[in-house]
Amino acid sequence: MSNNVLTVSPSPHVYQSTTVRKLMYGVVIALLPTLAWSVVSFGIGAIIVTLVSVISCILFEYLIERFLLKRTPSITDGSAMVTGLLLAFNVPANLPVGIIIIGALVSIGIGKMSFGGLGRNPFNPALVGRVFLLISFPAQMTRWPIPKGFNTSYVNAQTGATPLGMLQEKGEATVSKVMESAPSYGDLFYGQMGGSLGEMAAFALIIGLIILLYMRVISWHIPASIILSTGVFTGILWLVDPTQYADPLFHLLTGGLLLGAIFMATDYVTSPMVPKAMWIYGIGIGVLTVIIRVFGSYPEGVSFAILIMNAFVPLLNRYIKPKRFGEEVQHG
Amino acid sequence: MLKTFTKGGVHPAENKITQDKAIEKAGLPKKVIIPIAQHIGAPSSPVVKKKDQVKAGDVIARSQGFVSSNIHASVSGTVAKVDHVVDASGFKQPCVVINTEDDQWADGIDTSDALVKDIDASAEEIRQKVLEAGIVGMGGATFPSHVKLSIPEGKHVDTLVINGVECEPYLTSDHRVMLERAEEMLVGIRLLMKALGVEKALIGIENNKPDAIAHLNEWLGDDPQIEVYGLKVKYPQGGEKQLINALLDREVPSGGLPLDVGVVVHNVGTALAVYEAVQKNKPLVERVVTVTGPSLTHPTNLLVRVGTPVGELIEAAGGLPEDTGKVVSGGPMMGKALKTLDAPVVKGTSGILVLPQKWAHREKELHCVRCAQCVDACPMGLEPYLLKQLAERERFEDLEKNSVLDCIECGSCSFTCPARLPLVEYIRYGKTNVNQIIRNRKQQ
Repeated sequence: MSNNVLTVSPSPHVYQSTTVRKLMYGVVIALLPTLAWSVVSFGIGAIIVTLVSVISCILFEYLIERFLLKRTPSITDGSAMVTGLLLAFNVPANLPVGIIIIGALVSIGIGKMSFGGLGRNPFNPALVGRVFLLISFPAQMTRWPIPKGFNTSYVNAQTGATPLGMLQEKGEATVSKVMESAPSYGDLFYGQMGGSLGEMAAFALIIGLIILLYMRVISWHIPASIILSTGVFTGILWLVDPTQYADPLFHLLTGGLLLGAIFMATDYVTSPMVPKAMWIYGIGIGVLTVIIRVFGSYPEGVSFAILIMNAFVPLLNRYIKPKRFGEEVQHG
Repeated sequence: MLKTFTKGGVHPAENKITQDKAIEKAGLPKKVIIPIAQHIGAPSSPVVKKKDQVKAGDVIARSQGFVSSNIHASVSGTVAKVDHVVDASGFKQPCVVINTEDDQWADGIDTSDALVKDIDASAEEIRQKVLEAGIVGMGGATFPSHVKLSIPEGKHVDTLVINGVECEPYLTSDHRVMLERAEEMLVGIRLLMKALGVEKALIGIENNKPDAIAHLNEWLGDDPQIEVYGLKVKYPQGGEKQLINALLDREVPSGGLPLDVGVVVHNVGTALAVYEAVQKNKPLVERVVTVTGPSLTHPTNLLVRVGTPVGELIEAAGGLPEDTGKVVSGGPMMGKALKTLDAPVVKGTSGILVLPQKWAHREKELHCVRCAQCVDACPMGLEPYLLKQLAERERFEDLEKNSVLDCIECGSCSFTCPARLPLVEYIRYGKTNVNQIIRNRKQQ
């Protein structure tokens, strides 16, 4: 002991090695399989969109903290990188660079920093950015490139409709008619369909889920409740009238459902903290998604469903309490 | 499936580096500093003054009231002073300081190793002996043991639970007692059963001590009254509410005591002390202390006289390492960091943990990211992040509504927090204030 001074501090004196940074990089690692698959499927566009999104998110966070909030920038905690990746995963792989930068500014500036930064934002920042772009640039945001192996051209990629888009546009035709031209389940599972950069490859997203669960970054409750409730709700509709409504598997494999259930809805800051509340939140997202997809005017509803349920999180945290140890059991 | 408690819990690295080190008798300290308040309840009142001659085992401070405890001289010698000295709490406390001369014991104390197995004392005599011998809970809570042996009217106890869990990392004193003093401890358990009038005792031991489990089972043979249970390793299983939950699947009600579910819990060290008090007429003046730490050259388990300055124990374990940053009395999860190495060992000191500078460093706090790890870790089903926020804002009524007083301060939430928030510290602040508000309310 060099200076004969003992540190005096309250217990505990040891800590688990997990830090916020480790958790955030856990999410990044879990996103890598999907990113790799996107690059293989879309080519150069996926790389450009992802890089622009991640770099601008980190840069905006740095600039805002440094010059507007005048505090030490916290970009090394990894959360801006996660937001950047998730924003990129939620847009088409041929989105013009300028629009991506606007999306990043809205995500970080309005979605996160205007509330004070990590831990204080009520809505998922990447989704705030995504929905802003969807409303502001509807044409560019719905021009989906078709995954055709590694493509070296960025803006001139061949485009096509998403499976959910086809369903939305079917008019008087029956679902089975649409299904003839839609990709097979195998194609859906391996992401061979139109869609945004990181939403199509179900198998890669599921690998990501396994990584997140294995690394104990998230608990299983939210993904499970979203997938289950979406499956059950679309299943009921399908059983009622299979000519009008697509089957549950189709709904689970299309659109951003898995991306949303695994990576977007599980954002710590904007999701509930007690398992019972996680179920309510997840079921709410599932049900709202199906309502928007089937009865609404947008083909895709996961983003809106998550943002709506984000708004209920403070309420859920406030009124749904874990069962206390030794709590008196009330008998009827 | 091994039993364990149902809610929450964490898995800190066990680091039981002294588990194979047999208990050594520490050398007699040159002086002892004996605080007169080593227990929960009223401080005792000194009955010696400067220059008095005492022998080991003489009463030097008498208990004041029911929830209080006698204090005995742990060495023979001359009383140097009765004064305020800094103890493990970091504050000056009234203490009796004795300069050691010779090694004489008071009359009537049997200091031999001979096992006295037959129980002659009646239940009332056992309680009386426990009271006189100044026995308190030796797991660290230091609640006077005779109080837990006096069952109030209208309460019924069916099971004695013996706590051999030792869930704190590093500590091995209970483990060694179970291995080396098993016979005496088992007699102590039978004495406790007799005093309580129960037919059943369960010994809970975490499964990382298979040798202790096997050893006790060997001694017990097919004893129908005492059973040993191996438990799945999980902190804080040594909390009495968690242990009762693990062994008996009963939940002590919020604000209640083990008595409310028909259970009394005693620590293995306490059982040994009860044996010595009743069978050997020896008061509680020494205990087993684990002296340990990653940089110590000779970490060990020592049989130590109460009042020995912590510094002497560290010398016996190879001296204070160069890189020392923190010295903790107790385990790393709930122990108290010491301000000075002159602080004495007390009845509740189960270990001295020397931590290197790099572990004493505190990481920068971030904002809560609501990851809910603290909610998952809390063994009492509380929401530590919320309690911290409420305490920070001094919203004491809301704290009370959110069951802050159920917190057992086990530290699992702070241990697990990835944002390194000092959750237990805020919760303690909240509890202190809520307790004060409740006291004021009762007075009105």
